Amino acid sequence: MTELEAGRADRLAPVRSVAALQRYRDVLIALIAFAVLASLPLFTDSKALLDFVIRCSAYGLFATSLNLLVGYTGLTSFGHGMFFGLGAYSFGLIMQKLGLPIPVAFVATLAITAVVATVIGAICVRLKEIYFAFVTLAFQMLIHSTILSWASFTGGDQGLRGGIPRPAFLGINLADHVHLYVASCALLILGLLAMRQIAQSPFGYTLRMIRDNAARASFLGIDVWRAKLTVFVLAALFASMGGMVMALFVSGAYPEFAYWTISGEGIFINMLGGVSTFLGPMVGTVLLLLLNDTVTRFTEYHGIVLGVVILFFALGLRKGLLDFVAEWFSQRRGAGEGR
Amino acid sequence: MDLDALAGCLSSSACLVTQTTSGLIIGMLLFLVAVGLTLIFGVLKIVNFSHGAFYMFGAYFAMAAYQFTGSFALAMLAGAAGTAILGLIFERIFMSRVYGADVLMQLLVCYAFVLIFDDVVRLIWGPEFRSMGMPAAFQVMPLFIAGGVVPPYYLLLIGVALIAAIVLGIGLSRSRIGKVIRAAAHNPGMVSALGINTGLIYGGVFALGGMLAGLAGALAAPVRSLTPGMGFSVLIESFIVTVIGGMGSIVGALVGALLIGLIRSFGSLGFPLFTEGLMYLFMVIVLVSKPTGLFGKEAA
Repeated sequence: MTELEAGRADRLAPVRSVAALQRYRDVLIALIAFAVLASLPLFTDSKALLDFVIRCSAYGLFATSLNLLVGYTGLTSFGHGMFFGLGAYSFGLIMQKLGLPIPVAFVATLAITAVVATVIGAICVRLKEIYFAFVTLAFQMLIHSTILSWASFTGGDQGLRGGIPRPAFLGINLADHVHLYVASCALLILGLLAMRQIAQSPFGYTLRMIRDNAARASFLGIDVWRAKLTVFVLAALFASMGGMVMALFVSGAYPEFAYWTISGEGIFINMLGGVSTFLGPMVGTVLLLLLNDTVTRFTEYHGIVLGVVILFFALGLRKGLLDFVAEWFSQRRGAGEGR
Repeated sequence: MDLDALAGCLSSSACLVTQTTSGLIIGMLLFLVAVGLTLIFGVLKIVNFSHGAFYMFGAYFAMAAYQFTGSFALAMLAGAAGTAILGLIFERIFMSRVYGADVLMQLLVCYAFVLIFDDVVRLIWGPEFRSMGMPAAFQVMPLFIAGGVVPPYYLLLIGVALIAAIVLGIGLSRSRIGKVIRAAAHNPGMVSALGINTGLIYGGVFALGGMLAGLAGALAAPVRSLTPGMGFSVLIESFIVTVIGGMGSIVGALVGALLIGLIRSFGSLGFPLFTEGLMYLFMVIVLVSKPTGLFGKEAA
């Protein structure tokens, strides 16, 4: 071993152990979060609360996967909702037409999503910024129009009706509300953990570099197109998972799941929660759903209230909530050390 | 899919004329909205996501003025002037705060106003469908051109939009103000160093864009039903138009709008359920083959 290599190994070793430590910490947090969420039905039998958490799981998976694109890679997709809709429809159709066991349908849907996302991504990711946003939006609307016009297969504007069969598997009966709840939480936590691993992996740091300076990344020998395509497909898979949770929850799939407003909400959630922290989108999801639920209860003009809240975030805080809190903390710490 | 209907129409001059005029009015209305969008993008470098709201306000202002005064000309004026003022206020108070900020932040401010404006309209005019009604002056026999039916109002609509396009095109390329606007689009720092108030120019351009969308709304008010949220589909379509034509290009907006209008009117014959899909398909094809749009300039 040369002196140089020895020096490098010394410097690398602590970094690696820190990464391993962080991974254990993430797994621990995930386990605790899952334990807390899963034990919730023991303390309350409020169906509304459990429903709320299920919806948070569906949207949270979707919004966090969008953050992989927006926050980590700098790819502002306006059409990410297409994979949410695709997941819901593929899963619903497989269950209705083929009657496969749920895990098989789950994996099959992921496979379909991966193929579609690879084709669409291969076309989209070579475009820059606003054009990327528009092409993804166009693909989203193309899928939405296809769902609407292929009525014999997808049920058209009525959506997939008649319910999605939910046969029990391995002792898990998703037709049961509590089972569905625990399964949704498990999918959410597993999905978040997997996305966290992606974000903290060397590949995740490659994405950050592409976001900050794509030209430099490609000078360093990174195939930018391939990295972008990879994260596009990965994000699509998690969005599709969110769509499946939603389809299981409402026992159907509706064209609105594939409409561009879903993508708009995803972007909005990310802005609300903050894109520079991993859990920002999750915070944003809870905030938006809470806001939607409470405001619609008090006034029929919830657009005005929601709009004013958004303005407060956009013009007042100028960043997402978790970003704001994180910055505030680091500033305080900085001030404390300065003294 | 109904390709026979499409082929049948293409071989009959009556149907051809009817479909072409309906495609032209869709295209012309879209052009007025899209050209404002493209102008605002070209000069201010922001994507005005709330542009559809101006179209909606134009229609509602026109309806209110028409019901109040009974004059069609005043209704058009109210639609255009009202949205111009609204655009100026909106730009000066809110949008000017997010210049240079993250694109997402700008979109978020616009998104907030889409929600707010829709609800404001619902508060004032109610959530149900409203209709302005065709002014008496245009309730005459439709014209028959080569066997096709053309309502006279359509001719007025196409004429007004064409005049707006020509005035805008010449104004931007020939007049002093037009030159200043183009200079501000190119290099705002230098323009302001020459003693020109760029804030005023930005506000003016936004007001102009809003006014064009409002005019489109006012022109559409007699032939379309008015509802809160009506701006949305128009917004999405005019986005498609600007993207196809090339962001920032006025000629592109005109060509894109006419193409989309014709695709819509003829597509509704051949592919009744997939008309929207056709537009998006067309957009994908254009963007993949030429990402900057048909008339867009390559980024430096």
